[in-house]
Amino acid sequence: MQTASVFSFHGGIHPPENKTQSLRLPLGRPSLPTELVLPLGQHIGQSSRPLVNIGDKVLKGQTIAINNGFLSSFLHAPTSGTIKAIEERPIAHPSGLSDVCIVIAPDGEEKWSTLTPLQDWNTLSKTDVLAYLAEMGIVGMGGAGFPTQVKLQGAHKHPLTHFIINAAECEPYITADDMLIREKTIELVLGIEALQHLVEAEQVIIGIEDNKPTAIAALNKVLSDRLSNIKVAVVPTKYPSGGEKQLIQLLTGKEVPSGQYPADIGILCQNVGTCVAVHDAIHLGQPLISRFTTLTGDALKAPQNVEVLLGTPIQHLLNYAENDSKKLKRLVMGGPMMGFTLDSANVPIVKTSNCVLAASKKELPQPAPEQACIRCGMCEQACPASLLPQQLLWFSKSQELEKAEHYNLFDCIECGACSYVCPSSIPLVQYYRHTKSSIREAREAAVKSDLAKQRFEARKARQDAEAAEKEAKRLARQKASASKSSETKKVAPKAAPAAAATTATPAGDDSKKLKIDLAIAKTKLKKLQKQLLEAQENEHTEEINTLQLQTSAQEKAVALLEEQLANAVASAPAPVPKAPASDELKKAKVDVALSGTKLKKAQKQLAESPDDAELQAKVAGFEKELADAQARLSKLSADAPASSTAATSAAPKAAVSDELKKAKVDVALLGVKLKKTQKQLAESPDDAELQAKVAGFEKELNDAQARLATLTDQAPAAQPAAANAGDELKKLKIDTAIAKAAVKKVEKALKKAEDLNSPELDTIRQQLKDAQQRADDLEKALANPNTTAPSATPTASSAPAPSQQANADKQRKIDLAIAKAAVKKAEKGILVLQEQGQDQAQIEASGLPDKLSAARAKLADLEAKGESPAATPNNAETTTAAPDEAALKAEQIKKQKIAAALAKAQINKLTKRLADSPQDADSIQLEITAAKQKQQDAEAQLTQLQLAQVTPSQDNTQENR
Amino acid sequence: MLTVLVAVGILLVLSLIFGAILGYANVRFHVEGDPIVDQIDAILPQTQCGQCGHPGCRPYAEAISNGEAINHCPPGGQATIQALADLLDVEAIPLDGDHGTETAKRVAVIREDECIGCTKCIQACPVDAILGAAKQMHTVIADECTGCDLCVEPCPVDCIDMVEVGVTSRTWSWEKPQGIAAQPGSIIATDRQAEVVH
Ligand code: SF4
Ligand code: SF4
Ligand code: SF4
Ligand code: SF4
Repeated sequence: MQTASVFSFHGGIHPPENKTQSLRLPLGRPSLPTELVLPLGQHIGQSSRPLVNIGDKVLKGQTIAINNGFLSSFLHAPTSGTIKAIEERPIAHPSGLSDVCIVIAPDGEEKWSTLTPLQDWNTLSKTDVLAYLAEMGIVGMGGAGFPTQVKLQGAHKHPLTHFIINAAECEPYITADDMLIREKTIELVLGIEALQHLVEAEQVIIGIEDNKPTAIAALNKVLSDRLSNIKVAVVPTKYPSGGEKQLIQLLTGKEVPSGQYPADIGILCQNVGTCVAVHDAIHLGQPLISRFTTLTGDALKAPQNVEVLLGTPIQHLLNYAENDSKKLKRLVMGGPMMGFTLDSANVPIVKTSNCVLAASKKELPQPAPEQACIRCGMCEQACPASLLPQQLLWFSKSQELEKAEHYNLFDCIECGACSYVCPSSIPLVQYYRHTKSSIREAREAAVKSDLAKQRFEARKARQDAEAAEKEAKRLARQKASASKSSETKKVAPKAAPAAAATTATPAGDDSKKLKIDLAIAKTKLKKLQKQLLEAQENEHTEEINTLQLQTSAQEKAVALLEEQLANAVASAPAPVPKAPASDELKKAKVDVALSGTKLKKAQKQLAESPDDAELQAKVAGFEKELADAQARLSKLSADAPASSTAATSAAPKAAVSDELKKAKVDVALLGVKLKKTQKQLAESPDDAELQAKVAGFEKELNDAQARLATLTDQAPAAQPAAANAGDELKKLKIDTAIAKAAVKKVEKALKKAEDLNSPELDTIRQQLKDAQQRADDLEKALANPNTTAPSATPTASSAPAPSQQANADKQRKIDLAIAKAAVKKAEKGILVLQEQGQDQAQIEASGLPDKLSAARAKLADLEAKGESPAATPNNAETTTAAPDEAALKAEQIKKQKIAAALAKAQINKLTKRLADSPQDADSIQLEITAAKQKQQDAEAQLTQLQLAQVTPSQDNTQENR
Repeated sequence: MLTVLVAVGILLVLSLIFGAILGYANVRFHVEGDPIVDQIDAILPQTQCGQCGHPGCRPYAEAISNGEAINHCPPGGQATIQALADLLDVEAIPLDGDHGTETAKRVAVIREDECIGCTKCIQACPVDAILGAAKQMHTVIADECTGCDLCVEPCPVDCIDMVEVGVTSRTWSWEKPQGIAAQPGSIIATDRQAEVVH
């Protein structure tokens, strides 16, 4: 063994050491506590991830939590027992906050899991050994708990000149390392040798303060026995020589540059406790489950060092050291300089707890009141980091974060030397800690806001691109349709001369003129439509109206012309045997294509403004046209082969398959339309018109499907039907789930209301009943198709009926779910109000907002419109007894529910406003009461209707199946 | 007389030369200053909530540079107002209550079993922090959520909660000491002895 030269560092203080108290007694080993509490975050970095579940039996040393990322650590059971809980418990933290902990109830057997020491550690690759140390849960035990393997890995970046073992233990009162060196000298040296093998430093130095002669002697003896080249450097006692950077300066004379780590200048520092833990892991196979801790302070009758299992509650240790609770005024975790006060003794020992100081009032008196800084410069003299504490204080007080950083605030090791010497008793360290937190927060906020900005901009760019693409597509389509219509024009004159050439009758002239007229009319129509579209895009309401009128007039004109043309064409080519037939066929096809295009355009417009009744009418008109044209076409194509002299036997077949194809396309088209409209409906579920439209589409779809079915054989037809039934089933299931969720929600609300003894109880109960009723209905419905679906598959025509029913049902359910959500919102608002102490009578004063009446008028309007179309599908589809009445009632119920929901939404909004702007309270409350009145009316009617409806509606369901 | 003329002439020539050099340097080494809008935008919290009445933080930054009041951003609160006041060298004014009040940091949380997958919240989220697809359950990426509140209103089944981000032991920060004013009457350090005597 050799001694090393010792340098010195700037500043430092000599507080009373108070180390002898805890060294009078030998090392103690407290008994097992009734439970061990192991926080998942005992180290710097990510919290560990638990590997065990509540109720699991664990053995001593078993891994109970694994690392969660790079900067994280493992955790092991300190004793055998049962996992009692994994929950938030108060932890030893200056904030006094809780964190997730694994709680173990010891069984007292102390049964170890199988230990597998790393026999061949000096032949294994270093990476493997490091990984092994990580799995043993070893973290730096001197200060912050930095995972050891990470620190060792970092040390590989540069060749190490010095490997320093920190045994200085400069902080007053603490003697845990001293005791550890005395008790485990050989383990310490073996641990250091293992680490030295891993890091291969040029020199290994143990730095120890000269106030630990027994420990120094023990070390020297072991080292000289082993002929080790580890040096011991005895440094003079001065606080804070145990600070990493200070010890490095003491032992090497080198200063770690600001913002860098010791590893950057080829130095690695490890605490003695860590070295012993490394020894235990490698040579004994034991993970880190216990540590040496000093129990000291005037309030303890038997201050001493203990080897304590991690997770032991501090209260248990205080009892062990004979705590005098009358004397105990301040409980500190760590030493008096760098420790922090604990709010409760109910927190556990963790890997970094080196001392518990139970101080009496005399020992750690209330800090003296802060005075103004007198610029005496004593703090600057004391600062071991050569900072300018008074300057930092200035910037901290004024929150000049940038300047504080510029003055190297982050080099402050929070040693407290400056506070200790400050004649004005300024809690300087507390200011620095606060400022450091502020800076860190500001940095994180900057990172987050940068990210938010990036994402916001990316989203905007994407949306712009999408809009541009849409626009480009729209233009392309417009161009395409324009060229198509010009093609039609080209086709038309071509067809005309053909007809004229063969017959040269006035009929040909007529049709020519008609065609030209038609072309002009269509161009006009197109122009109008374009204007209309623009107007809609720019939301010029007046223009839209006039344009719509014009457009429909023009459409009528076009339709008239087309009819005339069709007539003329139909009559003209009659004398011509062969060519006209194919001509006509061609024309019919063109017609189909044309009306298809028109329809598509109108649908697009409709999609953009789904509430537009006229547009809808237009779409319906176009659809009819299209259907006519198709019918004509199919008739013609069916006729053509028959009348044609050159007809082969293959022709009719082709025609039939053609028609089949067309029918299929129809079905597909209608399906798409239906889906689109349903989507719109989902977005604005209260729109009666949309609902009517959906019903209409569904009917059309059914028709088309029926057509398709008659065209195809029985077998192929059964397939889509079966698919349909499956879809229905799925939908029903989803509905049921939604209804159930609603029930749950209302139940929750009910419970809450009961807790608060709210006057809303009755309404909520009523809602609960409603919701349950709904859920039951749906479940019944679900049960029904379950049994009927398979039987429904063989016939194509029977499938659409349940589909209709289920769809209507679904709409209702979605409406209801939304209505219920609105109800909940309203109640929440009211509850909030009540909590704020608003009295019920106040909320229920009287009056009525224009808004509500307007909304109601609109609702009534919608209802009136929605009534007939929504009711028709049921009538049309029902083959047995017509459930008109039931359907009507259901409609009414729906309406009432919507009314109630709307009223509630109104209440909700109003209450929110009330909460936001208390100054308008009176008028808002008047509005609220009015809305409430409406809601109650609606609900009363609703209950009545529902009571009346329960039985018939079930019959209805039955009948429809 | 001649010397005077010579002196004037030399000075004239010198001033021309230096003027030319300075003029050249001004063009050659021109430093593009950070436009004020960018600087303002960097101070705003980027919550993109629209409470200031603009569709995002940048439009508000532009508005501020065009003279709008600096106290319209509730998420930024007084700290942002202070920073803006420092930047623009105007007086820091209290937050304008019409635009909302400063609240603790919150994130949106979707009660996932109640979500019907309507995608409305996705469309509302200004920073794409919501994940989901039509008819599928949606969820909020908590780390990306700015707590802007914009997704709450559109949800038809009201299954989005704004949850305050609680302080954990890892995000906790030290309090600022109370300072001198906290102990009235103890301006003279020796006063504290008197306290002990009683
Ligand atoms: S607490 Fe910081 S500023 Fe004060 S003496 Fe220690 S290192 Fe220097
Ligand atoms: S020791 Fe205290 S009073 Fe003296 S300069 Fe430092 S902060 Fe000011
Ligand atoms: S109010 Fe919202 S959108 Fe406006 S600047 Fe502040 S965070 Fe950005
Ligand atoms: S708005 Fe609500 S229901 Fe719709 S996807 Fe978002 S969370 Fe789900």
